[in-house]
Amino acid sequence: MTDIVLNIDGKEVTAAAGATVLDAARQAGIHIPTLCHFEKLEAYGGCRLCMVESESRGKTSYVVSCLYPVENGLVVRTRSAKVDKIRRLIIEELMAHAPEAPELVALAREYGADKDRFEKEPIYCILCGLCERYCAEVKQKNAIGFVGNGPEREISFVPEIAAKECNDCKECFPLCPTSYLQAAFVLVESLTFAPAAAEPVAAQG
Amino acid sequence: MPKLESVAALESLRSDILARRDATRPCIAVCAGAACDGLDSITVATAFKSEIAKQGLEGKVDLRVTGCHGYCEKGPNVVVGPKDVCYFEVTPEDVPGIVSATLKGEVFEERVYKDPQTGAKAVHMDEVPFYKHQTRLLIGDNPKIDPMKIEDYIAIDGYAALAKALSTMTPDEVLNEVKKANLRGRGGGGFPAGSKWETTKNAPEKTKYVIVNGHEGESAAFMDRAMLTGNPHKVIEGLIIGAYAIGAQQGFIYTRHDAPRLVEHLKAAMAQAEEYGFMGENILGSGFSCNVELHFDVGIFVSGESSGLMRSIEGNAPEPRPKYIRTSVSGIWDKPSNLNNVETWANVPQIITRGADWFTSIGSERSKGTKLVSLSGNVVNSGIVEVPMGTPLRTLIFDIGGGVRDGKSLKAIHFGGAMGGSIPADQIDAKLDFDEMSKLGAPIGAGGLLVMDEDTDMVEVARYLLDFLVKESCGKCVPCREGMYQMLKILTNITEGKGKTSDLDRLGDLMEVTSAASLCALGKTASDPLKSMMRYFKDEYETRIATGGGAGSQAI
Repeated sequence: MTDIVLNIDGKEVTAAAGATVLDAARQAGIHIPTLCHFEKLEAYGGCRLCMVESESRGKTSYVVSCLYPVENGLVVRTRSAKVDKIRRLIIEELMAHAPEAPELVALAREYGADKDRFEKEPIYCILCGLCERYCAEVKQKNAIGFVGNGPEREISFVPEIAAKECNDCKECFPLCPTSYLQAAFVLVESLTFAPAAAEPVAAQG
Repeated sequence: MPKLESVAALESLRSDILARRDATRPCIAVCAGAACDGLDSITVATAFKSEIAKQGLEGKVDLRVTGCHGYCEKGPNVVVGPKDVCYFEVTPEDVPGIVSATLKGEVFEERVYKDPQTGAKAVHMDEVPFYKHQTRLLIGDNPKIDPMKIEDYIAIDGYAALAKALSTMTPDEVLNEVKKANLRGRGGGGFPAGSKWETTKNAPEKTKYVIVNGHEGESAAFMDRAMLTGNPHKVIEGLIIGAYAIGAQQGFIYTRHDAPRLVEHLKAAMAQAEEYGFMGENILGSGFSCNVELHFDVGIFVSGESSGLMRSIEGNAPEPRPKYIRTSVSGIWDKPSNLNNVETWANVPQIITRGADWFTSIGSERSKGTKLVSLSGNVVNSGIVEVPMGTPLRTLIFDIGGGVRDGKSLKAIHFGGAMGGSIPADQIDAKLDFDEMSKLGAPIGAGGLLVMDEDTDMVEVARYLLDFLVKESCGKCVPCREGMYQMLKILTNITEGKGKTSDLDRLGDLMEVTSAASLCALGKTASDPLKSMMRYFKDEYETRIATGGGAGSQAI
């Protein structure tokens, strides 16, 4: 397969055809922040934090690097006033829901985000979908799903599946950027999985 | 009915149908479009049926229950052919009078149009102000068709365009005609349909799909369902012609699950089209085959977004996906999929029949043909209107629409539903043109036009529209889900008198990031109404924040 040559932050970068800008950047040691990305999963494009400025055939646009395919001659800027503004606002929006999440706190520091810009409504989950997708794509169990849409969207365990599968797995816990998942599981478990709960679960990350 | 095996068989069937009909015989067309149906026009139709039976007039007077005529404001609508005498607000009690007058070649004066100011009457369709300023190339056939009867469509030259394309044109010639006609997509973007077709046609995969987007989720838009319910065969004919040009073997019609009459008519029309051989295997003996399936939405606005719609047809949740690779190249099951909206497809047959040169003679320089517009809000005559592209908004709102209700003055004109924009009354001479309206910040969208009077509260309008969209976001991406939610909270605070001076700043950032960073068109355009407000009505927002509310009285 022919290699693609593009420019990221002034640096010439070579990537395989079909790779994404994020892949190419990471390979070249250029950092782009992400919240919903995990190598073992299909790219999702939900958090939009990995947005970069791209210039192709004289046209500047803002694209999510985790999904945007590399192309020859593409010029990518991973930081710019507008990129930073997008990231800052996304962080501020998420901090209304998970103000103490360590990953968000670190990002807020880097991008000068104000955690109090929007009124707090802590629901802790930032709906990155890592748990849901890990369970579906890697474990192929579909024990977690999204319910509701828009601001009503939330993750939910499917009791019939979770009662069988989750106690011995919990591989999704460490993926959660806010640790909400673990708390949710323990809560759901205590309420729903009565038979399985006979065997106490140690809360481990 | 045996399947038609050739173009000659179609023409012979058409002659038979016409021979059985007497063009001079009176035909009473009762509108059963959504608005008239809601006004119980079926009881009017039933009354006509009984009266015709009672007077023993079968064979002397025909009765037809049809799709939407357009003048929703004055329903139930009745049009008596062949001279197209229009009766409005017809009740079952008027029926004997209308039948008697019709028999005598007279007019039942009580229900003809009367000018609200002068009292002057208008009897025929081409004299009624609402109709006479229109060019009804698409919706105009509705009164002539019982949508459940394919014969009615064949009688008015239905499927002649398909026959012409299959028997006398190559797929490339069909494509070139549509490109030359510069038919631009009627669903919102105004993207040239011919270029889109060409992309799908040239995509390497052999399996290709063509799709009708009949979702019409845009608030204040109701013309597509009038078209699809009232004249389903025109859309099917356009779709099959497109499939032939593109080389698609499979078509899909994606539409609303919650419009029973639409579903009934479409199912019947598709069954008949298959029976007669206009879709399915070896269409009209041409060797070209294309099957069409009907799919229903899942009750969420975003299932009308192209990639969301395609996920839905695949059987998945209608979550949009990024279109760095266009759906015309990689759509349903990653196959090239050409999606056009109902009105776009409906334009195809006449382009083939009458040619691109004729089509481009109608409209403005860069927007050709006519446009269906759903006219509503504080306007005297709400309804479905069809005018040439380039028609001034003044004609739409005043000549056709009869002006603003209750003698009030015009404050704003809103186009494009919840993702459109509002422009002030002084833009009344702007033209209905894709590019001109986009530049003004009120893109035509699918064609929902809302008239807003002097009492309209522009903060409430933006809040109302966002409140709708917030609930329709799928919630997958952060800027759309959270951005709209925060904008809605700020606007709600302002309308409740709790606005802060910093709010406009925060709104500015939210608008910018939501449109730049959202995954699909819903989030990208969700703040467009608000952007138009900041462009034309910012002082109203500033005053509301400064005075702590207590202003306007109504939304739309």
